[in-house]
Amino acid sequence: MAFNPPYAITLDAGSSLANKTGSWRTEQPLYLDRLPPCNVSCPAGENIQAWLGLTQEGRYREAWEEIVINNPLPAIHGRVCYHPCEDSCNRTSLEQPVNIHAIERFLGDLALQEGWPLPTPAEASGKHILVIGGGPGGLSAAYHLRQLGHEVTLMDAKPAAGGMLRYGIPAYRLPRDILDAEIERIQRSGVHIKVDTSIDNLANTLHDNRYDATFLAVGAHVGRHIDLKTDQSVPLTDAVDFLNGMESSPSSPSLGNRVVVYGGGNTAIDVARTAVRLGAEQVTIVYRRTQEKMPAHAFEIEEALEEGVELRALRTITAITDGKLQLETMELDADGWPQPSGGSETLAADSLVYALGQTVNAALLQGYPQIEVAADGTISVDERMMTAAEGLFAGGDMVPADRTITTAVGHGKKAARHIHHYLNDQQLQPRAKHETAEFDLLNTWYYPEEPMRSQPLLEMQQRTTTFNEVLDGLGELSSKLEAQRCMSCGNCFECDNCYAVCPDNAITKLGRGNRFAIDYDYCKGCGLCVEECPCGAMKMVPEIG
Amino acid sequence: MTTSTVEFHQTGDLTAGNRLQDEQQASRQSTQQRFNSLTAGHRACQGCGEALGARFAIDKVMELTGDRAFVVNATGCLEVFTTPFPESSWNVPWLHSLFGNAPAVATGVAAALRAQGKSDIRVVAQGGDGSTVDIGFGALSGMFERNDDVLYFCYDNEAYMNTGVQRSGATPPMARTATTPIAGANPGNPFGQGKNMPLIAMAHGIPYVATATISHLRDLEAKVAKAMEIRGARYIHIHVPCPLGWGSEPADTVKLARLAAESGLFPLFEAEHGEVTDSSKIRRQVPVEEYLKLQRRYAHLFGKSADAEGIAAIQKIADTNIRRFKLLREEE
Repeated sequence: MAFNPPYAITLDAGSSLANKTGSWRTEQPLYLDRLPPCNVSCPAGENIQAWLGLTQEGRYREAWEEIVINNPLPAIHGRVCYHPCEDSCNRTSLEQPVNIHAIERFLGDLALQEGWPLPTPAEASGKHILVIGGGPGGLSAAYHLRQLGHEVTLMDAKPAAGGMLRYGIPAYRLPRDILDAEIERIQRSGVHIKVDTSIDNLANTLHDNRYDATFLAVGAHVGRHIDLKTDQSVPLTDAVDFLNGMESSPSSPSLGNRVVVYGGGNTAIDVARTAVRLGAEQVTIVYRRTQEKMPAHAFEIEEALEEGVELRALRTITAITDGKLQLETMELDADGWPQPSGGSETLAADSLVYALGQTVNAALLQGYPQIEVAADGTISVDERMMTAAEGLFAGGDMVPADRTITTAVGHGKKAARHIHHYLNDQQLQPRAKHETAEFDLLNTWYYPEEPMRSQPLLEMQQRTTTFNEVLDGLGELSSKLEAQRCMSCGNCFECDNCYAVCPDNAITKLGRGNRFAIDYDYCKGCGLCVEECPCGAMKMVPEIG
Repeated sequence: MTTSTVEFHQTGDLTAGNRLQDEQQASRQSTQQRFNSLTAGHRACQGCGEALGARFAIDKVMELTGDRAFVVNATGCLEVFTTPFPESSWNVPWLHSLFGNAPAVATGVAAALRAQGKSDIRVVAQGGDGSTVDIGFGALSGMFERNDDVLYFCYDNEAYMNTGVQRSGATPPMARTATTPIAGANPGNPFGQGKNMPLIAMAHGIPYVATATISHLRDLEAKVAKAMEIRGARYIHIHVPCPLGWGSEPADTVKLARLAAESGLFPLFEAEHGEVTDSSKIRRQVPVEEYLKLQRRYAHLFGKSADAEGIAAIQKIADTNIRRFKLLREEE
């Protein structure tokens, strides 16, 4: 039947949906994923934002499983990683960074407590890989290679695996039951660990036993010394030997009552704090530059000072005579380097510990003339982490890079992936990286002020007399709430703002986990969605065509 | 207005929704079930604040009435961009008569429904600041004094926009409009003129009066919900920035609403029976410049011939609001 209106009109009534206002647009909004700064700065390549997101929802096991995709040692890293992620956290520009390491530690400890296993390795490849060195780099490489289905044998010269985690980092920072449990878990995933197995000549070892590839990560265990005029009245030792001795035969090291540590790195702090715990009455760190210039992390210096360690900055040691150290005072020149300022003083000491950096003992590479060994013992690797010798890869402290456990774990992972491709005669293609989600892309109005939750410290009396862990962990609720401080920089967390602020209903909500879609038939390109997106997961681009 | 304290959830209640909260705590606008009473294809400018304000308000009404509400619309932008014959953007029962008589028509609709015994169908009326503050003022005042059972929304974009940005009784001091040009010793809209409609509504002693803004979505929805619990005349005055009339970027519409509230220029408060009962506190206070400098209607206050005195006079308005409506959080 024909439309027969009761009054004189010429058009059928209809909905404005017939009017496709998308034709007005000169720019269009897009959803995109940007790389959060925390992920960018993680040397182990963890997808930190992803596991914080899962923690926010209380999905702790999935969060932990997300970590171990990249790093099999979360409980260790939650304690001793220097968390560059927190230094780069965008939240720092609001008030304080997210306490990422404390959340990682909570997840790591929960996994150990619940006995969560590492993922089941891929089907056996038939390849056998030798990993030399049981420190973080070797453990990481062994784990990742095992995950890829390879048979892995890890050899370590020491009586137990762990490398610097065990023979460098004191127990008050990393309790040994945690260390043992995370190493044991890697072992349970099928890695053969052979301890007390020292390799003097790698070429011979590889000649006698066939391996399809080798990953080398023996670390940097040789303490650097300087020539000092001494009448032998103060015994000298170095930090590496001392910390190693603490682990191997804890009763033997004795430094006396007045201990002087020479150096300004984290190792110097570790020695000084260990000396305090051994009962030394006076522990002094002598460092040639200022406290601000010390390579050690500020919070560790602070904790050492709290425990009674004295810092004599802007001093060098020139000689040892009559049981005293001769110190020369320094001042910084325009470039920030120390120059003698003319003053001198003495410091009585029962022992002096060098903590002046470490070098690599690369003697096991004697059979490889093609591998060049630098003055400090480090060797170079290509972008695949392979040395000049075919099939021999290397990483960790023995290659030139930041000497941190997390860098070593990153090396191990990277090398494992390249070894895997090498064994399959393939080249690993680098993936295109998303752009970084910088702070100015965020709309911080939408983030309520919420200070960082910090970890409780052990009481001082215990800190100075026992090797009990100094920092306590965050509990479940605190970890969850702390994870919720994450702003999800650069990646949609489904706050629904874009959907709500579109004046043209041009955004469709696809339901939890599925994010949103833009209806370009009606989107006029006003840009409100992009402006009101809290986390910078949208942008405007010129309309094409 | 705070309805409840939520456990910390990344963005708290500041975003429209939040995957960490259940939908009960989220805004209606964040749900897939929202009514979209104002549908797409309407002819509002890019980044229209009024289109947002109207959808926010009417969607909430539809939710609360189980889709049984009747909307009466005054002439204005909202009507022009939603109902150019023969199209309509309204997914709701909707009635238009004249520029000045929306409150009277709504009164009539409410009376007719009452006569039919249909007490479950609720009546709302809506208009811009021109129809509310100026042209329909007498009808609205009558609706208030009779305490007719109508919820009236005023979407305030501070001038007659679709006719070419002429001054209204809601245009703020110093704003440039087509009828208050930048000329003479006192450029823009003069100080000391215009009306404060929420306060006039309160003076009628009606059960509920509130101000709201599109940047504070959950606050806006909570006020609509509160109004819908009450029978009688109710008035909600919603601030809706206008990119065309204000000379602002379309993408800045919500930001401008936020800056108006955070500077104190647009105070968010509630009143019952003529008494202010609550106000929404400023979270990150900003000087009025932050708000003014994004709008070309205030361009004469900045740049080469910057007018520090003019800005100070506008700041004084904000400061008075902050004091009068207690907009700052009390020190704990």
